[in-house]
Amino acid sequence: MKYWRKPLGADEKKPPHGEVHVIFERCKGCGFCVAYCPRKVLDISTEFNRKGYHPPVVTHPERCVNCRLCEALCPEFAIWNTLDQPEEAVKE
Amino acid sequence: MSEPTVGDGAGLNRHPLDDFIRVDRFPHIWCSTCGLGTVLNAFITTVRDGDIPRQDIAVVSGIGCTGRSAGYVWLDSFHTTHGRALPFATGLKLANPKLKVVIISGDGDIAAIGGNHLIHAARRNMDLTLICVNNFNYAMTGGQFGPTTPRKARLTTAPFGSYEHPFNLPFLADSCGATYVARWTALHVRQMQTAFAEALHHKGFSFVEIISPCPTVYARRNQLGSGLDLLKYYHDNSVVRNGIDTRECDIGYQEEIIVGRFVVQEKLTYLETMHEHLAQALGAKYVPYPGPMDD
Amino acid sequence: MSKPARGAVLTGAHYLDGDHAAAEGAIAAGCRFVAGYPITPSTEVAERIAERFPRIGGTFIQMEDELASIAAVLGAAWAGAKAMTVTSGPGFSLMMENLGLGIMTETPCVVIDVQRGGPSTGLPTLTGQQDMMQARWGSHGDYEIIALCPSSPQECFDLTVTSFNLSEQYRLPVLLMMDECVGHMTEKVIIPPADGIAVKGRRWYKGPKDTYRPYAPGPDGVPLMVRAGLDYRIHVTGLTHDERGYPVINADTQQKCVSRLVSKVRDNVDDIVMFEEDDDVRDGNAEVVVVAYGISARVATKAIADARRLGLKVGMLRLITAWPFPERKIAALAERVRLLVVPELNMGQMYREVQRAAAGRCRTALVPHCGGWVHNPDDILKAITGSAP
Repeated sequence: MKYWRKPLGADEKKPPHGEVHVIFERCKGCGFCVAYCPRKVLDISTEFNRKGYHPPVVTHPERCVNCRLCEALCPEFAIWNTLDQPEEAVKE
Repeated sequence: MSEPTVGDGAGLNRHPLDDFIRVDRFPHIWCSTCGLGTVLNAFITTVRDGDIPRQDIAVVSGIGCTGRSAGYVWLDSFHTTHGRALPFATGLKLANPKLKVVIISGDGDIAAIGGNHLIHAARRNMDLTLICVNNFNYAMTGGQFGPTTPRKARLTTAPFGSYEHPFNLPFLADSCGATYVARWTALHVRQMQTAFAEALHHKGFSFVEIISPCPTVYARRNQLGSGLDLLKYYHDNSVVRNGIDTRECDIGYQEEIIVGRFVVQEKLTYLETMHEHLAQALGAKYVPYPGPMDD
Repeated sequence: MSKPARGAVLTGAHYLDGDHAAAEGAIAAGCRFVAGYPITPSTEVAERIAERFPRIGGTFIQMEDELASIAAVLGAAWAGAKAMTVTSGPGFSLMMENLGLGIMTETPCVVIDVQRGGPSTGLPTLTGQQDMMQARWGSHGDYEIIALCPSSPQECFDLTVTSFNLSEQYRLPVLLMMDECVGHMTEKVIIPPADGIAVKGRRWYKGPKDTYRPYAPGPDGVPLMVRAGLDYRIHVTGLTHDERGYPVINADTQQKCVSRLVSKVRDNVDDIVMFEEDDDVRDGNAEVVVVAYGISARVATKAIADARRLGLKVGMLRLITAWPFPERKIAALAERVRLLVVPELNMGQMYREVQRAAAGRCRTALVPHCGGWVHNPDDILKAITGSAP
């Protein structure tokens, strides 16, 4: 990530990391999650589900910070996040 | 109700909110890029993460695409007739004041056929929460114009563009006495969750308008793209103005959308004024309604 | 609240008009939620309720219109209250859509229609019996309904209690078809002590939540009910639905759903139908039977007395339930009698049912009257003697 100056505590703290889960068959290919992920973690998949929709695919899993915007935006209850690293563990 | 099975059968594929939706009725009928699923998501999240006991929440809806919301929440839910969700909810609330009654209904259902009930429920400051999803048309029936359709928008019963002045719903609710008035769009997911939580906890008539994309009808008939394109329009054109005078909140066709929490007021609710007044008038002879019968 | 609270029932002998007696009947039946809108000649019911309810733990709200009133009544019933609304012709018309919702969702409640002259605004302060067919067919779609007709203020009390009981027994809105005359007539009304009034409680389901099916019928075709707020997570919809209450839009479900709603009443018709017959009618001595209901039945008693003085063998069959219509009784009568006379304050509504049930086995004669006043008993007498055209 590009910063204009180094944030205080950047050496001690790291942003949380999240994991994205997609329920493939529920997706209706609206594209909300892909368009609004602030970290560009997702892309539209070339695969399609039973209904012919293209669900999202996690192309950059390392970038997810568990903001859960995709989870909140999804109209189909087809995507959600789990937190990988508990945030407390990063505090020293 | 028996434990619903996950629609796609795979067992692992269980969304954290599945406990609060009728998964056996999914996939829902709403179109791809419709905002109603997102509004439902925000509402369900608010219910799940909130402190109101689940059994005390009842959802009432009317007829229309938004009206189908009641059928998808795994709570006591009532899918009533066109425009009459608010008085039904009034009866539900008065006969069991312990219930937290939420009405989820659309712009036509609430402001056209249900308009009279809106102004009176607001006037009485009935302790209800109204989530009015405004997609600017009657979508379920194929896209007719309605009381919130901006001028110039084309719809099936206004094929040359609507020439009617539309409602400014926050102003309408505010002027009728609603004591919590807010507007957000379906894109404002965090703000929706906050607004729903505030509205649920607010004592009195809460009115939350959510501007939502309608891809198959409103957008298509006006060549506005998909719901994703409409979300972009909301993104580029919504302006947060908390506390602004609701008079300023008109929405023109594809113009600026003022969002925010506009009105928060403390005012005695219908039941509070009723109890206070009757206790004063009758003294010891007043016997308050004891609640629903159980035997 | 299956037994009315002792203090609420106005035990004793009173002089009440029909409207007031109906309000007391509702209270005695355990009704504690009324939503109404003023309309002559039913307003007094709401007025009395507004005065009585705050002293006995009831909630009264005057809604903004009749559509709101019936909607609020349905909501209150689902919250667990016995609920009622009152209106007259124009308001009755407005309530039709939500009456259908009440029927489809099987919501127990009572709607009182104090009939007046119509159509449209008509004669707001004067009597009529012109909504009888509307009571049966007013809402769209196929359904059966129960409608009762009181002929006196005492019956206004009694039949309001019966209406609530029937609505709980069969889980549907029950109509009390009063008329302005009976509503505004003052007579002696005896209200028994609370434990002398048979009141039916709601047929609650009390079993496990995960096996509850809101619209699975019991042996009599009626499903058991729950209310909102008990974590049953019911879904109630006006759309055609299956036993879970979920909308299912196809012909099969429609067949199951609608035929059960209809059978619910039709199969139990013997327990629902009520009428009062003179001895002559019961014993088969009558040659002419007057089939009447409401205020017209009271007027007809004079005509019958006059006819008997002329030596005619005539008696009355007074309908207490107008719907379901006592087809079998009329059909049986039609075999034995010469003539069925139907006086009613309309241009022929229940008369059509009498004709249909009689199926040509005997003559039938209508004594119509547009309302505004009651029949002249001589007109009924003329029909009985056969000298009417």
